[in-house]
Amino acid sequence: MAVDVPAASSGAGPSVDDVAEQRVPDRSPMASEAMGLGAREARRGSVTRVVTPTVGVRKRLREIWLSRELLIYLVRTEIKVKYKNSVLGLVWSMVAPAMTLAIYFFVFSVVLDNKMPNFVIYLFAGLLLWNLFSLGVLTGTGVVVNNAGIVKKVSFPREILALAAVGSACVFFFFQAIVMVIFMVVLRAPPDVAYFPLLVVALLAGVILASGLAVLLSSINVYLRDTQHLIEVILTAWFWACPIVYSYQTVEAKLGPRHLSWVYLANPMTPLVLVFQRCLYNKPTAVISGTLTVILPQHGYLWYSALVGIVLVLGIVLFLVALAVFGRLEGNFAEEL
Amino acid sequence: MSDFAVDVRDVSKRFRLAHGQYKTVKERLIHGGKRKSTEDFWALDGVSLTVKEGETVGILGRNGSGKSTLLKCICGVLQPTSGEVAVRGKLAGLLELGAGFQQDLTGRENIYLNGSLMGMAKRDVDKVFDAIVDFSELEEFIDGPVKFYSSGMYVRLGFAVAVNMDPDVLVIDEVLAVGDERFQRKCIGRVKEFQKEGRTILLVTHAADTVRSICDRGVVLSHGHLVGEGEPGEATRIFREGLMAEGAGMAVADPTLVAVPAVPTSVSADSVPDDERPVRFRSVHRVYSGDNTVPYMSTGDDLTIRVEFEALHPTPDVVFSLEVRDIDNNLVMRTDTSIIGMVIDAPRGVSVMHFGIVKMPLLDGKFSFAMGIQSRDGLLYDWQENAGTFAVMYPGKAAGIMRMDVHAALISTESELDSSAALA
Repeated sequence: MAVDVPAASSGAGPSVDDVAEQRVPDRSPMASEAMGLGAREARRGSVTRVVTPTVGVRKRLREIWLSRELLIYLVRTEIKVKYKNSVLGLVWSMVAPAMTLAIYFFVFSVVLDNKMPNFVIYLFAGLLLWNLFSLGVLTGTGVVVNNAGIVKKVSFPREILALAAVGSACVFFFFQAIVMVIFMVVLRAPPDVAYFPLLVVALLAGVILASGLAVLLSSINVYLRDTQHLIEVILTAWFWACPIVYSYQTVEAKLGPRHLSWVYLANPMTPLVLVFQRCLYNKPTAVISGTLTVILPQHGYLWYSALVGIVLVLGIVLFLVALAVFGRLEGNFAEEL
Repeated sequence: MSDFAVDVRDVSKRFRLAHGQYKTVKERLIHGGKRKSTEDFWALDGVSLTVKEGETVGILGRNGSGKSTLLKCICGVLQPTSGEVAVRGKLAGLLELGAGFQQDLTGRENIYLNGSLMGMAKRDVDKVFDAIVDFSELEEFIDGPVKFYSSGMYVRLGFAVAVNMDPDVLVIDEVLAVGDERFQRKCIGRVKEFQKEGRTILLVTHAADTVRSICDRGVVLSHGHLVGEGEPGEATRIFREGLMAEGAGMAVADPTLVAVPAVPTSVSADSVPDDERPVRFRSVHRVYSGDNTVPYMSTGDDLTIRVEFEALHPTPDVVFSLEVRDIDNNLVMRTDTSIIGMVIDAPRGVSVMHFGIVKMPLLDGKFSFAMGIQSRDGLLYDWQENAGTFAVMYPGKAAGIMRMDVHAALISTESELDSSAALA
């Protein structure tokens, strides 16, 4: 992997230090008159790329940062290509989640009659985050294999591909969020504004978690193509392990007395989903069939913050580990693809 | 430390040649996590190479010699197993033209996408956008999806994007061989422009002529090792010698080169009665004047063709003719002893005559020659269509068919101009 290393940076290897001293190469007058030479001259003295067997995580992070514009391009490309030649275009990105939403609503609210007020909002709050997470992880897993052509021929930080998959999932999240707002306005269900900052942190944690998994799995998938199919199955199970279509409290009621709530909360998506529900659904308790029923955890802001904080840290650690693993596996991508 | 542009430091790259690999969980479980027998293959083995700023270096090597692997390591597409590559300045790799193109996007969108894949900011692409479109000659198609482009258009756009990225180091992997001839010339022209601007160019090619005409230096790779390095002509020589030594590649493609008739060429039995063809060939040898340890001659060397012939009875006024043909069987030259102004009276029995080609003017190539014996009035006694072959190698820089002595002079003052005009 090639890295752009500003020569002035500290901590770079001895090879880079050698380069740091600027030199003006001997050149014929004709050559130096050539267009744009001045700019090139300056750049040449100051930047060196070093291709080494392995690339440290810190370098990788800097590289990703330097390629942020590429990330935006890839996200745009993915969305453009996905809906090219389709009449409805981006609307399709909302049709599938809307269908899921409608089915769950029908099954749980109408058929099973769970009597939760504004159940659509409750469902949507959880699904919003889950769709982002699962779409990002699922498409991210296949991304290196599917872009073998570029990976084998062009030099760029390949993690960007996985990040772009999560990025386009974020775009779809944005569109679905607009629909969510419309729902909330129509149903007159105001969110709990106090939890809004926490919701942003939870979203961030979710994105980092999805990115970490996408980067990790995309590299593993090159060597073990089953990963792609395996992750589909795991995500289905994972979905039902999160309190999205049922309430957290129904699980808590069974696990709480045995002091096993932590098992349920060990699923990193659970706290994030809970924060989304706490903020957007904003009904910790509701009167159902005349009795006061608890829907969301009865804890305060601090409890939610602590859980989200833990997930955020976990997500960051996972992301860094994923980068390290990706770096180890990347060396042989070209021969495995 | 010298002002290098690319510094390859002891780079090795190992590939595991698995004889079919277990890619699925099931297979891995069944085989208990054991790997199938693998074989290590060192595509590159301790290669070190320093390319100075502004230098153009050509990498020569057979298929599978590690050329492309080396370029990929330099570009950062592959990571070396050990060693490292340092590159100073911005590098643009042309490993495959249009590699990052998205079929469904338009040419315009692809220019931006490709630019950012190569690490360019949008505003930088904006600046060179017109130049790219101009160079690729795709004005009318730039807003159409690239999937409708012909392969030539595709390649043109790919090259145009890469060369307009303002790289300090340009790495080209045999991509100059694509596109129509006019565009190829345009690409080479652009590459030469790059050289003039003091940029560094590294290119892999099969065409030794390209190395000779463009490069300042050539390096030869063989089985992952750097086996030779030097002036383009010298590198080309090492490369070709290597090919011949291995009896592979080019030499195999051209059997006439190895099958030089060192043994007497037998004369085919002919329906013509003996008394009507009193003179015939017994054998034809060709002898190079220079270094006889190599199976070719250099331009400027002498070539002698030694002809042994037999006359059944004394025959006066025999004419020997010689035709030299190139690999495509185009006639290079025909001459005969009567043109040369020689009268040969063949005595009875076996005699020997020599054709000498003095100071071979031909540049690289394999040539064959045909010979005939006839009477002065045109009656053909004997004809050898494939009398023999010879190979010429040119160690200098000029490219083309033959060497000409070219002189150049600068005429600067007006009076000199006048006098030269008067001369004309």
